[in-house]
Amino acid sequence: MWITVASGKGGTGKTTVSVSLALALKNGVYVDADVEEPNGALFLKPEIEKIVPYTEPIPQINTDVCTFCGKCADACAYKAIVILKPLKKAMFFPELCHSCGLCAYVCPVKGALTEIPKKKGEIKFGKSNGIQFIEGTLELGESSATPMIRGMKKFIPREGENVVIDAPPGTSCPVVEAMEDSDFVLLVTEPTLFGLNDLKLTVSLVRELKLPFGIVINKAEEGNNLIEQYASEEKIPVLGRIPFERSIAEYYSNGVPVIYALEKGKAIFADIYKQIKEIVQNGQS
Amino acid sequence: MDRVKELVILSGKGGTGKTTLTSSLSKIIKNKVIVDADVDASDMFILLKPRVLKKEIFRGKSVAFIHQEKCIHCGLCEQHCRFDAIHKNSEGQFIVNEFKCDGCDLCVYVCPVGAITMEQGIVGEWYLSETDYGPMVHARLNPGDENSGNLVTMVKHQAQIVAKEQGLSKIIIDGPPGTGCPVISALSGATATIIVTEPTLSGMHDLDRILKVANQFKVLPKIVINKYDLNNENVKKIEEFAQKNNVEIIGRIPFDHCVIDMLINEKTPIDGGEECNRVKDEIYKIANFANGIFET
Repeated sequence: MWITVASGKGGTGKTTVSVSLALALKNGVYVDADVEEPNGALFLKPEIEKIVPYTEPIPQINTDVCTFCGKCADACAYKAIVILKPLKKAMFFPELCHSCGLCAYVCPVKGALTEIPKKKGEIKFGKSNGIQFIEGTLELGESSATPMIRGMKKFIPREGENVVIDAPPGTSCPVVEAMEDSDFVLLVTEPTLFGLNDLKLTVSLVRELKLPFGIVINKAEEGNNLIEQYASEEKIPVLGRIPFERSIAEYYSNGVPVIYALEKGKAIFADIYKQIKEIVQNGQS
Repeated sequence: MDRVKELVILSGKGGTGKTTLTSSLSKIIKNKVIVDADVDASDMFILLKPRVLKKEIFRGKSVAFIHQEKCIHCGLCEQHCRFDAIHKNSEGQFIVNEFKCDGCDLCVYVCPVGAITMEQGIVGEWYLSETDYGPMVHARLNPGDENSGNLVTMVKHQAQIVAKEQGLSKIIIDGPPGTGCPVISALSGATATIIVTEPTLSGMHDLDRILKVANQFKVLPKIVINKYDLNNENVKKIEEFAQKNNVEIIGRIPFDHCVIDMLINEKTPIDGGEECNRVKDEIYKIANFANGIFET
């Protein structure tokens, strides 16, 4: 089963919840798909066993063969190639390239434009506390989180393991990519107006993707029912509550995930998992 | 004409207090346009209550559309698509997943019967509003859509226009989290950035990454440590890091329940009474620094 943990708003506790959930599972796999700011390793301190470069193809123009016809430049939707025919010059702007392959497809001259791999990030594999660890890190200044997340998913085991995917914040394409193909989406929110507003945006997204989902309320306080009220109106299950306590924040600041910072941490996360499993199984039957 | 100076509040990691700080500064600093550039999850409107004066549709990337009546089901488009955006549905029709389509046009080229065209979609809206504290430009990206970087560029461009029209000399921007496309758009052309961090391992890790991006784009960085009394050891590490990288720490905001109490009531900490004094004093100090940045 794949469970993607998302939130819309940043800083609600996606990573500490993802890590804790993975630690609570049998055959747990933690996948850090927040490739712009991966932080799971800070909590899991994994032993890294393998690092695989993440590459995407980019064009390389061989000006000895190129006729400077300009077909590649005309076709490129991202304006990543400029051909100056009179000057017999070809210019390529890698930061604009989306690695779609159209330039290579339209090039009429054999050998004039070939695709070569360009490193855009790294995927790390390791182990920590009995669970598998997979992390993607996008190189700084690279903008394309979505293709990297798509590329990472090829390395995630599909059968027999319980996979927790830690998604990036926001509600745009990279989040969609992290959620798609998951069996369940766990939304982490906090009982503030920011948390609620961003939760609503994320709920509309998850509904559009037609994925089963539930909520975990982080930083929950007695007497504040902001999220519960919304969840009950929208008939969304609340699967767990993590209290607002300074001690949890202090543990967190030193890289201790909430499962170890709470007395009943293990029970809370085992229970969240049990509910997710029930929802997924009921949905399939 | 010169660009109006832009100050961007960033953090790398989400939830460190960007919006709360930006909203507070927006209430203190004069002569400015306020921008919410976190178009994925914009929350500043909750605190600043903008009254929308003008609303415009934002058209994003084009996405492929397969005209079923022309399609001969050869599957070439699916084979060639690198974004995994075209699949057969249960009725045997090839369908484009608009979330995944990158708008590259490759399928249009490979289709042997001209059954695919590109159609431009609406991906969001942007707004010009007024608040009690000055004009505000903000936006809303439809959930699941791409191009947040372009939308950020758009709101910043509009803010420049408004600032020039109204003779305002400052633009304060609430930035998005992360280090990718929308952050790069938010930083591009800005004068300075305040990076809001917290003394947690995650906050520090992301501070390091966002600082590198700011340096790449040659934007003057300053640091604010939020919840600074949460972990003294880590504060020391941030101080050492700042010194090593020659970045000034311009504020240390305490971990104080008053902040949450104010936010729950849709207010910023500077609207609070005496109970908020520790936080207020620090934010006023940061506002002074920010004014100084604009004046240099």
